[in-house]
Amino acid sequence: MSTTLSASTPTTLTSPRMSAELSLRIYDLMLRARVLEERLISMYKQGEGYFWIGGPGEEAFNVPLGLLADKGQGVDHDYLHLHYRSSGTLLALGADPIDSLRQMRNLATDPYSRGRNFAGHYSVRAWNIVPVSSPIEVQFSMAIGTARAQRKGTGAKGITIVQGGDAGSAEGDFATALVWSSRKGNELPLLMLVTNNRWGISTAYEGQHGYSQIADRGKAFGMPTAVVDGNDPEASYAALHKAIDYVRTEKKPYLLEAMVSRLRGHSSASGANLVKGEVDCMDRYEQTLVARNLMSKAKCDELRAQYTQELLDSSKRIASEPAPEASSIWDHVFADKNLVGGE
Amino acid sequence: MPSMIQAIRMALHVGETRLGVTDIFGEDVGPPLGGVFTGTQGLKTAWNTPLDERGIVGMAIGLALAGQKPIAEIQFCDYAFNTIDLLKVAGNLCWASGGDWNVPMVLMTPVGAGIRGSIYHSHSFDAQATRIPGWKIVMPSTPLDAYGLLLSAIKDPNPVMFLMPKALLRVKSKAGEDIPGAPPDDKVLGQLIDAPLGDRTSWAPQWPPLEDYYVPIGKARVVREGTHVTVLSYGRNVPMALAAADELAADGVDAEVIDLRSLHPYDWDAITTSVTKTHRVLCVNEDTEITNFGEHLIRRICEELFYELYAPPKLLAGAAIPGIGLADHLEMASVPQKDSIKTAIAELAAHEP
Repeated sequence: MSTTLSASTPTTLTSPRMSAELSLRIYDLMLRARVLEERLISMYKQGEGYFWIGGPGEEAFNVPLGLLADKGQGVDHDYLHLHYRSSGTLLALGADPIDSLRQMRNLATDPYSRGRNFAGHYSVRAWNIVPVSSPIEVQFSMAIGTARAQRKGTGAKGITIVQGGDAGSAEGDFATALVWSSRKGNELPLLMLVTNNRWGISTAYEGQHGYSQIADRGKAFGMPTAVVDGNDPEASYAALHKAIDYVRTEKKPYLLEAMVSRLRGHSSASGANLVKGEVDCMDRYEQTLVARNLMSKAKCDELRAQYTQELLDSSKRIASEPAPEASSIWDHVFADKNLVGGE
Repeated sequence: MPSMIQAIRMALHVGETRLGVTDIFGEDVGPPLGGVFTGTQGLKTAWNTPLDERGIVGMAIGLALAGQKPIAEIQFCDYAFNTIDLLKVAGNLCWASGGDWNVPMVLMTPVGAGIRGSIYHSHSFDAQATRIPGWKIVMPSTPLDAYGLLLSAIKDPNPVMFLMPKALLRVKSKAGEDIPGAPPDDKVLGQLIDAPLGDRTSWAPQWPPLEDYYVPIGKARVVREGTHVTVLSYGRNVPMALAAADELAADGVDAEVIDLRSLHPYDWDAITTSVTKTHRVLCVNEDTEITNFGEHLIRRICEELFYELYAPPKLLAGAAIPGIGLADHLEMASVPQKDSIKTAIAELAAHEP
């Protein structure tokens, strides 16, 4: 039940796999996500934030994920245990990019962490987006819990989607998710996503993994697996659609690996400069849409300039918003209500 | 008189029938065994997990985030050390998200020495637990407190760690400390709720009509009133300290024994009241003595109650060694015993400024 799609695709994608309308929507969201990450990097470099980490190079996979997930609160919607490269998913779900700028500037108005956490560390309970944690892969241990709350027989309509990188799959938490989700008779509706950028900070894939594809590990657990070109938004959309449908229908796990790029390095700690030799999904999809006469190069450039200006304006607008009060460190150490229980 | 483990089992039953507990799980927690200490026999939501402590804690966090009410068990706290970063996550999700999420889970785990458990069944966890902010930490020393603290833990919207003093799990409650609604005769109770030996496939417990009883988290209990020395303890060392104090009464030493019951938040008012009365303090616990929770209490007492003190506060704790040896003499020499507590109280009582 494994499908392998080559990552070494030509510069433009060939036959369209979706409507022009959806293609353009995905392109638009990818562009907004890319421009957001570029804005965040600029803010970091201009001293408006302490640290940057994010997802340039994952947009072609993460945007379709946000479009396909069932957004909402509670077990009848999908739980998303994301990682810190998920801005494309957030924007596709409907997040306002200005909130990412607020988190970058660690403002009191940052809705994701109230100025407490790094850029890209999202949390939206209203959309089942579990707080992103800096330690890699812990989300794979937590995801089995939300998935159990949605298991077969509960009547819950939602599934759980968990995402991490290739390097993080070396952690025991990845094995935890494989073991717990595939127990016979106790299978969990869990979609495991590995975005494989072939790097773990500075260590190359070959230095960490003796196997060729991470998805192959799912085969031993009897679950369907697939590898998709994560730089191809249409292939990604199709692969995610298939995987989500399977998990939602069968209430069983699925492991999908997406081959993506890491265009700006691991984080600002390595400079956040453009890395040469990586496939850029934006360039490729732009050329594809131009070749299909759905976009013109001029229109692409115009949109990019427009979104860039909008975010620049947004970053100026939030400059006057307050930093968190020092005394707020004591807020929310404990909850006084069971919010997740509906209080 | 019910034992602590029966009281815990009854509280779990109340939890799953009336307080919304959805899952009670861990290694050997479900049928057929029902827990290595019998704590989860006959519970309808109890199930067995893979032998994966990180998975157990992660499962609990995820269930809690999904609005369920999970109770997870780590079979011995000695096996919780590989879960510490997940315990940190459970403790910080509310804070890190600016109050967007809460994590209503309970983690139960047997702690401490006293059953000749050798190197990996004798650890204490109180020092580690109190180093993980965002958690409430409780530890009973009687069956009734176990029942009442566990029900409070289940009701709490935050992660609560329920530390079970394993040496006290089979100790029966004293007269007047019955579990509300349970038959006071432990033989009668045992026939109702204890699983039979051997084949249990057709067995089902008959639960007595248990009543709600809550011990508030953060409230200590004065186990023995006294005027000369304050003993601050919890868990296994509480009955030892009480016995030591009772024996010292014959020598004219009148010690006050306080069972903290909650390590975080802890009852500073009760500590202040007692120290202001006795002016002498002994902290007793089993965890290793370097960076020990008793050290924190002594630090705060020195800072805030310094001029009340007639003697330097004293800590009696576990030896700072890598493990607890199996042989009788090794275990006894590694953690406080009744006689060492008695000596420490007497020395403090005799100390004049």
